[in-house]
Amino acid sequence: MLNIKTKNRIIIFLSIFTLSIILTFFLLKTLRNNVLYFYSPSEVSKSDENSLKNNIRLGGMVKPGSVVTDNNEIKFIVTDYEKEIIVIYQGTVPALFAEGKGVVAEGKLQDKKFFLAKRILAKHDENYMPPELKESMKQNAK
Amino acid sequence: MIKYLNPSYIFNLTGKILNLVKFFIIPIVIVGIIFSLFLSPEDYIQGDAVRIMYVHVPAAWISLLCFGTLSLLCIINFIFKIKSMSLVFKSLAPIGLTFNIIAILTGALWGQPTWGTWWAWDARLTSMLILMFFYIAFILSYKFIKDPINSSKICTIISLAGLINLVVIKYSVIWWSTLHQPASVNLAGETTIHISMLIPLSVMLLAFLLYSALIFLMKYRIETIRVKKKGLK
Repeated sequence: MLNIKTKNRIIIFLSIFTLSIILTFFLLKTLRNNVLYFYSPSEVSKSDENSLKNNIRLGGMVKPGSVVTDNNEIKFIVTDYEKEIIVIYQGTVPALFAEGKGVVAEGKLQDKKFFLAKRILAKHDENYMPPELKESMKQNAK
Repeated sequence: MIKYLNPSYIFNLTGKILNLVKFFIIPIVIVGIIFSLFLSPEDYIQGDAVRIMYVHVPAAWISLLCFGTLSLLCIINFIFKIKSMSLVFKSLAPIGLTFNIIAILTGALWGQPTWGTWWAWDARLTSMLILMFFYIAFILSYKFIKDPINSSKICTIISLAGLINLVVIKYSVIWWSTLHQPASVNLAGETTIHISMLIPLSVMLLAFLLYSALIFLMKYRIETIRVKKKGLK
């Protein structure tokens, strides 16, 4: 049914397609560390000493009950439920910054347990709901 | 079968569909705006900023949809050499680009009050930006390469590379850690948007789809007339 030219074109197309998929796969595999926007506390604790010198982004959950504000300084713990890192930051935080919510901190590690942030970004999750519903969910939980 | 591929048959059909779209679009846009601005509740954490979603998400979806359709058409065109296909993707690309830019701009407006930044070089945002460059490259290559055979080959290659980028966009929030949140609406799994926000989102999606259909049909008819005037190539 298909003539020979069409068949040839299908073969050309499929070979280019497979080739580009393989290429992209390896490209993304090599770039993996650059593609990651932030590291979790466990990834940070596994990394070698060299990474301490560079600016990195640290991401995770703000541990509930860990936020301490003092004048202009804010101190909290970022956790991924395995490892924890203490973050210190001077300045204002985004409106969505809250305990138990996601956060990304840009800055430098002082040591493996201590992070000096230059910028704080709030990360919000994929849940959207009206405030009344959130309230009733809280009450049900109690 | 041949009858349905006849340009003048398609031309008449598009005219009928166009009238239908014109009839429905304005009421649906009005209903969508009322729903998203007044009837839908504010979010428990983002407040009123969540209303940006009703523009941002449909725009992003349509830009992905346009590019996906475009790539498929290009591949079909490359394999089976259907001449009228080029009219379709010429009409589709500018719509996709427009919605892509809208998605990026509204994303920036949404990011500033919520994340605390206009732009972040995370995987989702960067791959959307790359999609924009694919659109631009695609449009430039059919606009400025005079030889139709060459231009369609280059278009096919660009759209093929862009098709892989589409998959990267979709899964970027799952594969890597990103600032952008994961998908809320999942056809297969659980949808994490409350129904009172899902309704305005769907109405706005419908409104955006109708708008794209309107522009697409008008553009398609203009391109058809242009080809007929020049003598069919």
